[in-house]
Amino acid sequence: MTTRVIIDPVTRIEGHAKISLYLNDAGEIDDARFHVVEFRGFEKFCEGRPLGEMAGITARVCGICPISHILASAKTGDDIFAVQIPPAAEKLRRMMNLGQITQSHALSFFHLSSPDWLLGYDSDPAGRNVFGLIAAQPELARAGIRLRQFGQEVIELLGGKKIHPAWAVPGGVREPLTEANHAHIRSRLPEALDTTRKGIALFKQYIETHQEEVDNFGSFPTLFLGMVSKDGGLWEHYDGHLRVIDSDGNTLVDGFDPRRYAEIIGEAVEPWSYLKSPYYKPLGYPHGAYRVGPLARLNLCTTIGTPEADAELIEFRQHGKNGVVISSFLYHYARMIEILASLERIGLLLDDPEILSTRVRAGGGINKLEGVGVSEAPRGTLFHHYNVDERGMITKMNMIIATGQNNISMNRTVKQIAQHWIHGVKDARIPEGMLNRVEAGIRAYDPCLSCSTHAAGQMPLKVTLYDANGNVLDEVGRE
Amino acid sequence: MSKIRFASIWLGGCSGCHMSFLDLDEWLIDLAAAVEVVYSPVADIKQFPENVDITLVEGAIANEDHIEIIHQIRKNSKLVVSFGDCAVTGNVTAMRNPLENGAEVVLDRAYKDAVLLRPQVPHEDGIVPPLVDHVVPVHAVIPVDLYIPGCPPPAPRIRAVLQAVVEGKPPEMIGREMLKFG
Ligand code: SF4
Repeated sequence: MTTRVIIDPVTRIEGHAKISLYLNDAGEIDDARFHVVEFRGFEKFCEGRPLGEMAGITARVCGICPISHILASAKTGDDIFAVQIPPAAEKLRRMMNLGQITQSHALSFFHLSSPDWLLGYDSDPAGRNVFGLIAAQPELARAGIRLRQFGQEVIELLGGKKIHPAWAVPGGVREPLTEANHAHIRSRLPEALDTTRKGIALFKQYIETHQEEVDNFGSFPTLFLGMVSKDGGLWEHYDGHLRVIDSDGNTLVDGFDPRRYAEIIGEAVEPWSYLKSPYYKPLGYPHGAYRVGPLARLNLCTTIGTPEADAELIEFRQHGKNGVVISSFLYHYARMIEILASLERIGLLLDDPEILSTRVRAGGGINKLEGVGVSEAPRGTLFHHYNVDERGMITKMNMIIATGQNNISMNRTVKQIAQHWIHGVKDARIPEGMLNRVEAGIRAYDPCLSCSTHAAGQMPLKVTLYDANGNVLDEVGRE
Repeated sequence: MSKIRFASIWLGGCSGCHMSFLDLDEWLIDLAAAVEVVYSPVADIKQFPENVDITLVEGAIANEDHIEIIHQIRKNSKLVVSFGDCAVTGNVTAMRNPLENGAEVVLDRAYKDAVLLRPQVPHEDGIVPPLVDHVVPVHAVIPVDLYIPGCPPPAPRIRAVLQAVVEGKPPEMIGREMLKFG
């Protein structure tokens, strides 16, 4: 007989989810599933609306990475306008994306996940959160809050608003960067760099004594997919080619135009989740599982292209075989290295005199009836694909969201963690700290579930017990 | 004086309102001294607790789980706040309402497209909550005590409300600074 335990809601993640654990008679974990339970239906209700509205509406897919949607949407618009945007506009869009990577990764690292390592997986759940961190380690909490704030400020100083700025548009951006705002960003950069270096050191120190997590939080071979720069395959976040590699470091796809994504990415649907499961088509489902996001980007790139981040990258790659790091626990580490890379690049952009140019928007109209826009969101590669009619009204929309592409791996991760830590369960009683480890496996991916199901909502965590016939025996909510 | 028991929840929204809450930045440290966070997506308590002083509700009512939890929130909270435009008006989450059979058509578009492998609408009982046909704002289901508009409400506006609550005063929702939508 199988007993099923459901964790509901999964907390400290950005979205609504549950996890099911299936226990056999011996109290061992047979299987585990990660369910996403929200859905809003953007792809349908955007039909019939004008292209120009898409950046503003799709930003509301997600309040954590609205900039990714705004940029992917604006790039899809550039494609439909068939224009090349002014160089300054591209640089400004890049700067905003770097600000977003900084704020989003800082949120994941400091606000959401660090309570697990710094306060402990088994610490009192009532205080195991950012407020508990404020109480326990006020200096660190303050530094993390200020790092996220820096990223949000970059966004606000460019776009006028921290969340959902109406700024990037087909053809470029609405407003240039002012000198005063340029100076403000510059003035706060040193502190942000300092906090990032400390965060990296903190994490490196942690994994020295926690190899068990590195080995069991989603450590398995998969493919990795993401963008690299068109020139030289450097770390890339805004515009590049797709590359796919396997866990041994073999390159399967390179120099691939992201507009052709549908040739290599398929999507499967499972009855138990609103989150679709994308896979690499040539290998089929589920063998074609691939990971995206910080871990993938650091595995895929030749180098990052800035000195401090590249030095960290060399050290990071020592955790892998052939330089490919396969443990999802090290997403956290990769995230901090990406903040470092983002801050270094913001510095370089500030040094570029063209960043203050006021030529930031190309005019254009409906010159093509189909467009694809791709960017690297904090969580991975984001695809927008629109068809429009002659008047620019949307006739079809498809979005492939970063988090979804990790779905197969997130499912494997919860199973791996559960099978490693949970044994000999009697009466479906699983210690809270063990359940928290299972959730922490999901947190490592920093999933953004409002995005991935184009949904609304939060991620719950409830553990439900089922018998072999699927009858609910018990539900263990977290007290 | 005992601390104010503070909760926040995320229903049919994009999390942007909660992100704006986190944009309180260092003021969060002051807030942590004045309130006890008893339930929130950024904390680990799984059951909505009793005796909550104030609950911020982000998002509209969009599925059956939301209907269940919102009644519990009303029962257990002294002050229920519609937090952001989705909670106040339905906003983007309600954009599917004009479609006939709204829930069905949006699901079919997303999950039954011919290019998908195993096209089907996710439906597992007790796991994947069915969508409601018509998305509604929070006050359509339960009485609401206070509205904070904005998509999302800017952090200074959130701070002004919470500051008043912490001081035991009624928040003043007047003027453009406090009332702008969008
Ligand atoms: S009001 Fe705006 S920011 Fe808040 S949940 Fe709705 S769409 Fe997101």
